[in-house]
Amino acid sequence: MQTSQTYRLQFAGLSLVLIAVFLVNLSVGSVSIPLKEIFSAFIGKGASKETWQYILIDYRLPKAITAMLTGGGLAISGLLMQTLFRNPLAGPFVLGLSSGASLGVAILILGASTFGGFFGTMLLSQWSLVIASALGSFLVLLVVLAITFRIKDTMAILIIGLMFGSVTTAVVSVLSYFSNAEQLQQYVFWSFGSLGNQSWQGVLILGICFLAGLALSVFSSKSLNALLLGENYAISMGLHIKRTTFIIILATSILAGSITAFVGPIAFVGLAVPHLVRQFYKTSNHLVLLPAVLLCGSLLMLICDTVAQLPFSEFTLPINAITSLIGAPVVIWLLVRKRKLFF
Amino acid sequence: MASEERHIILETQDLSVGYSYKKVDSVIAQKINFSIAKGELVGLVGANGIGKSTLLRTLTGMQSPLSGEVFLNEKKLKEYSSFQLATQLSVVLTEAPASKNLSVLEMVSLGRQPYTNWIGSLSKEDQKAIHFVLEATETTSLAHRKCFELSDGQMQRVAIARALAQDTPIIILDEPTTHLDIYHRAYVLKLLKKLATETHKTIFFSTHEIDLAIQLTDKMLVMAKNETYFGEPCKLIEAGRFDSLFPKETIDFDGKTGRFTIRK
Repeated sequence: MQTSQTYRLQFAGLSLVLIAVFLVNLSVGSVSIPLKEIFSAFIGKGASKETWQYILIDYRLPKAITAMLTGGGLAISGLLMQTLFRNPLAGPFVLGLSSGASLGVAILILGASTFGGFFGTMLLSQWSLVIASALGSFLVLLVVLAITFRIKDTMAILIIGLMFGSVTTAVVSVLSYFSNAEQLQQYVFWSFGSLGNQSWQGVLILGICFLAGLALSVFSSKSLNALLLGENYAISMGLHIKRTTFIIILATSILAGSITAFVGPIAFVGLAVPHLVRQFYKTSNHLVLLPAVLLCGSLLMLICDTVAQLPFSEFTLPINAITSLIGAPVVIWLLVRKRKLFF
Repeated sequence: MASEERHIILETQDLSVGYSYKKVDSVIAQKINFSIAKGELVGLVGANGIGKSTLLRTLTGMQSPLSGEVFLNEKKLKEYSSFQLATQLSVVLTEAPASKNLSVLEMVSLGRQPYTNWIGSLSKEDQKAIHFVLEATETTSLAHRKCFELSDGQMQRVAIARALAQDTPIIILDEPTTHLDIYHRAYVLKLLKKLATETHKTIFFSTHEIDLAIQLTDKMLVMAKNETYFGEPCKLIEAGRFDSLFPKETIDFDGKTGRFTIRK
């Protein structure tokens, strides 16, 4: 039995590892910056080279924070969905949020030619991608919530989410068929996901959305624990099932929707991290799982980002590929070693 | 028993249960009348598909009656909020818990949810209650085992412990003895009897163990094809209420032994 004391110690340990990886993440890249310089840049003395100061404050710091918010947020929404649908295959995007975002972006990029020339290039600024993606997710969110109010069966919501995914994928295919190579490449690059090039305003908005989603998740943790027994038991213990479903879906949508808008559709983290955490923490108590998933998700994403930058080289690999390349073997190894999926 | 004043806790009046689909009612069982007192152990018997589960779902407020009323503490069941109901009535369902990755202690602790704060942390009082129910159901030694490690018999005891931890005057169980061997069936029913006597909880359970139920329960509700009968087991036998439960050409009730025998 792990007591709350040991959990606290473990979380403190994980946080320390997270801070260490955070610093390493800031220091490596195409230009490596010594740790000493990072500290002096933070305490206001400024790094000894002006370019280093610029790289740190305007590029690497927002990127590292975005990475942590992305990893933690997606992992939490994955956990919420897995508990709500009592399905180990559920992830943050089962409700079709990323499909909605993809559709929004596809219409923007692939449809840009129809707006033509100058107007088209103006549409393709960074913010327009964020807005298109957010609008797409938001639209899907509205439909899903409307359905949640009408349908009693949560499994039906899951299937409807999957259907949304198919429809949007189909629309994106049709759009791709009619667009030119350059636009296609741009769309594909978006779908790779990118943590970099975030403005501080973007990070702030993402952070606010993250905190809102996190607050809703913590508020739902008692209900989430009740749902572990199944819907009927949960109701018999006084749970308002519709209200709870609504809050959980809202939290997931805020977290996953905002992350997809800023970073792109990041696969894998949301599905895998809850499973990783359950292998280590032998509990289903969400008061333990939530912080654990948050820390591990952030950590995984930071590590992946550090690798994706390919230290000492000019290249940056697509983050979406790296998360799966690093994460999937870990999950497979754990499952094979423990021979059991704890769910 | 009859001379003492009975405190009626659960009562129905001309209850009919079933499903309503597009404003067309399909009645499964009707004219159900019974009144159960505090501390009574009541068995519900009847053939498969006669409406036992539907009745239990109606009594626990999971579905509404087609007509008639259910009274809980002389107040209509539908006037209880789901939260109030959670402190009056706990259930043991046939379905397994959705997650079996819970430890026994975690699962039993979840029964305290109606009493815990917004984040669900356990107070001293909750801890005491949990300790008590683990002792009462003889599951203390299992407390740190995972639910997926338990046998069906142990799992059923844990499910009862969780309902007990909810500390409600009424516990309703849907077929608590299915999947169990004869020893564990007797064990579970004896446990229910002990809980009803010692903790004065009203326990209402459906079962196919008619002969065991006849020996142990205070009252029985017999659901036959067009009628339901309620009363003490021996009086129900005298009145021949078990005779019409199943088709006579296959199985026959022997009033002397209180058992069913196969017709050869």
